[in-house]
Amino acid sequence: MSDQLCLNLQGVHTHIGQYHILQGVDMKVPRGGVTMLLGRNGAGKTTTMRTIMGLWQASQGSVTFNGSDITKMETHDISKNGISYVPEDMGIFSALSVKENMILAARTGEMDEARLDWIFQLFPAMKKFWNWPAGNLSGGQKQMLAISRAVIEPSSLLLVDEPTKGLAPAIIGALTEAFVELKQTDTTILMVEQNFQMAKTIGDTVCVMDDGRVVHSGKMSDLAENEQLQEQLLGLSMGAHQ
Amino acid sequence: MFSYIFSGDFPRSKLLTLLLVVIVVGLVLTPWLFPGSRSMETAMRIAIFIVLVASYDLLLGYTGIVSFAHTMFFGIGAYGVAITLNEMGRGYDAIFIGTALGFVGSVLLAFLIGLFSLRVKAIFFAMVTLAVASAFTLLVSQLYQFTGGEDGLTYSIPRELSPAFKLMKDKVFGVSINGKLVLYYCILFASFGLFLFMLRVVNSPFGRVLQAIRENEFRAEAIGYRTVIYRTATNCLAAGMAALAGSLMAIWLKYTGPDTTLSLNIMVDILLMVVIGGMGTLYGAVIGSTLFIMAQNYLQELMKVASDQFSAMGLPLLPDLIHPDRWLLWFGILFILSVYFFPTGIVGRLRKAKT
Amino acid sequence: MSTNDKGLSATRAPKLSLLSERNLPLLATAIVSLAALALIGQFDTWVTLTLAGLAMGMMIFVMASGLTLVFGLMDVLNFGHGAFISLGAFAGISVLLMLPSWTGADVAFLNIAAILLAVVAAMGLTGVAGYVFERVIVKPVYGDHLKQILITMGGLIVTEQLIYVLWGPDEITILRPLALQGSFTFGTIAIEKFRLLAVVLGLIIFFAMRWTLNGTRLGLVIRAGVENREMVSALGYRISMVFILVFVAGSALAGFGGVLWGLYEEVVTAHMGMNVMILIFIVVIIGGLGSVEGCFIGALMVGLLANYTGYLAPKVALGSNILLMVLILMWRPEGLLPVNKSR
Repeated sequence: MSDQLCLNLQGVHTHIGQYHILQGVDMKVPRGGVTMLLGRNGAGKTTTMRTIMGLWQASQGSVTFNGSDITKMETHDISKNGISYVPEDMGIFSALSVKENMILAARTGEMDEARLDWIFQLFPAMKKFWNWPAGNLSGGQKQMLAISRAVIEPSSLLLVDEPTKGLAPAIIGALTEAFVELKQTDTTILMVEQNFQMAKTIGDTVCVMDDGRVVHSGKMSDLAENEQLQEQLLGLSMGAHQ
Repeated sequence: MFSYIFSGDFPRSKLLTLLLVVIVVGLVLTPWLFPGSRSMETAMRIAIFIVLVASYDLLLGYTGIVSFAHTMFFGIGAYGVAITLNEMGRGYDAIFIGTALGFVGSVLLAFLIGLFSLRVKAIFFAMVTLAVASAFTLLVSQLYQFTGGEDGLTYSIPRELSPAFKLMKDKVFGVSINGKLVLYYCILFASFGLFLFMLRVVNSPFGRVLQAIRENEFRAEAIGYRTVIYRTATNCLAAGMAALAGSLMAIWLKYTGPDTTLSLNIMVDILLMVVIGGMGTLYGAVIGSTLFIMAQNYLQELMKVASDQFSAMGLPLLPDLIHPDRWLLWFGILFILSVYFFPTGIVGRLRKAKT
Repeated sequence: MSTNDKGLSATRAPKLSLLSERNLPLLATAIVSLAALALIGQFDTWVTLTLAGLAMGMMIFVMASGLTLVFGLMDVLNFGHGAFISLGAFAGISVLLMLPSWTGADVAFLNIAAILLAVVAAMGLTGVAGYVFERVIVKPVYGDHLKQILITMGGLIVTEQLIYVLWGPDEITILRPLALQGSFTFGTIAIEKFRLLAVVLGLIIFFAMRWTLNGTRLGLVIRAGVENREMVSALGYRISMVFILVFVAGSALAGFGGVLWGLYEEVVTAHMGMNVMILIFIVVIIGGLGSVEGCFIGALMVGLLANYTGYLAPKVALGSNILLMVLILMWRPEGLLPVNKSR
């Protein structure tokens, strides 16, 4: 059973300063496909991502990745184990060029040409602005760079935190297409998203969080069809407790 | 009545209370208990530094601002009195005008610096104040026509405050009642007064806001307090208090020079006293100053004895490490340990031990 | 890496023009320097002053660069940096005093070798001291500015006192090695040899740092880390190792600068580091906290201005750098070449 799981969070609690943000998160991310992490603002989605990445330490509970415990691991080791991360603020190094951003992400410093070509196909803008300072890119292009950077090395899990935040509908469309394409690879994707339309399009499974816990998990298609459940979990999130 | 005097902010620890009582009684009775000019000098230094260190604690402990310009304000107060006494001659008018000028000048300068740099990060403020203070020191040495430059100024104070002025013919318990003794008590009680005033300030609603800002600046701002205004006000208040302490120092020493008021070494001493005594509690200033100045004056002798002992035994390095001139080494280590392990200093420790 | 450029029809990166934002400070320095020529009126005096200013600036740069780099990457302002300058000076001078036959010989090669040895010893010692400092003093207080200032001040006091313990309480005077005394003269222009050496060494350090930062993978990681440490570790780099490395390098640079400064002043005291720290802070603020290139230009400005005003108006010379700082902050509140920081 457990070898079918890419990521398994059991009873994870995370404190930030005096605040108790995650209050026992149980979440299973199956291998392959896209798992969407939904929930209202402040539910703990970003904190969950950061806890998985080791940027915040869980005070209780365990995070298991491909069968091994990564709860207490340091961020760089977690990354080396095969989890790549696109943070909410994209984490672009704006003083570095697009190329340098990518080189940093390539573990050996040399990028695989075939993979790079594939990325250029996904995001032609990367090729166009290859030698530009990343700070000069538009918001959507920065998001594309952040995603390119996360996939230049093959990884078994890709964490993406709200990729469509603040972007224009046309760009969201392009990103959605790219993620559909990314689904074809072996990489498992765990994505935080507020845009339900996009979540519906690319998500296979879904977890909904509220108040620092996972309150619903299941197939994306089930949630997409059940408007009452959507209303309950996402529309009127105050009702999610019942 | 006590509650009124201490603004309801009691030491809250038996041992701390005892220590404070010992210090206060010791300071009051110094002329009788430890006759001799050296002990009086030490006691005065302690009293004045209590004010100076407490005023620095207003900044560091109550608002989390690190300034390296505090000796500058101390110096402005001292030079205010020194220059007026020097130019106008020995008179009370000179003392009052000098003190007032020093006070007003300090507050204004603090206001300007605050306007310029209090919005920025703590680190930046620390660097800017360090630069400003060093520029001021240079200025003082350049304006030697007024300040005496590196040599400083020596001047006289009113005759009624000098040893030559005898109030009584006979000695009282072996101490002659002269002008110097009067001056001693004037300065001592002025220091106590200033300290109690600061205690009142930090326990007023204003002080509560300062603590709120220290705990969580964003929240304080969000509740609607303009943190910049509070910080600037504190900066001005601390500067004014430091200037008054400087004036007291100038009156007592009858000498004012860069080394007694402006030097960076004094700044470092103040920092050590605040942190070792305890940040964020004015009683820390009392304990810190007393401990530090006593050590400065008397620990060295102890170290000398030990150092000579070890040296006679032929041990290497150790005699150098506890050489009397190296007492600051040990205070430096104590300082680092304080920052790590008990950031509330000795006072914090004592209060905690009680509960 | 160049393999990846093959067959790319990438749009050309925006070309920086000579008058771009980032070049203005350098231009300003040149204009000030020329204005000084007009005011001074004599070419030979101006050359001497300019060289003196450049030499002073280079030495300050060497000392300040480590501080600004550490600040940029780790967000730590190390007041203890000044102690490393003193420590380096003492270590270097001790080496020179141990080699009187090298420094006293009328052979330029031996003189230079002695200085290089002194520099290596100083950098070695301050590098090790920096390692201990980072592990013991700074590491526990990352992210807490107030404690950082306090604790590094404490480190400064203790290190200064340890210098007294190890080298005794007195200042040590030292003569420069024979080949570096005196000056070259070209007609009426006198060029002091030691200043020339300082300029050369400063330039070497500057270009070595630039190369490391812009041309190596480590530099890439450092530049990225300046902007966003979390993301660097999320990309699989052990940021704590980079911290140690940069801190050690910064401390070693302080030691290097200390040797130069000691030879320049021809006397070393335990307090010299703290005294020069004020200048260094001014330079670092002028340049923009964390910016190595800004620090370089800032150091040159301070050095040149100090020498020009020292000649033109000795009274204001000592305060000139403060004035410069105020002016620059009014022009660019973040410093000349500010660094982007996401957190």
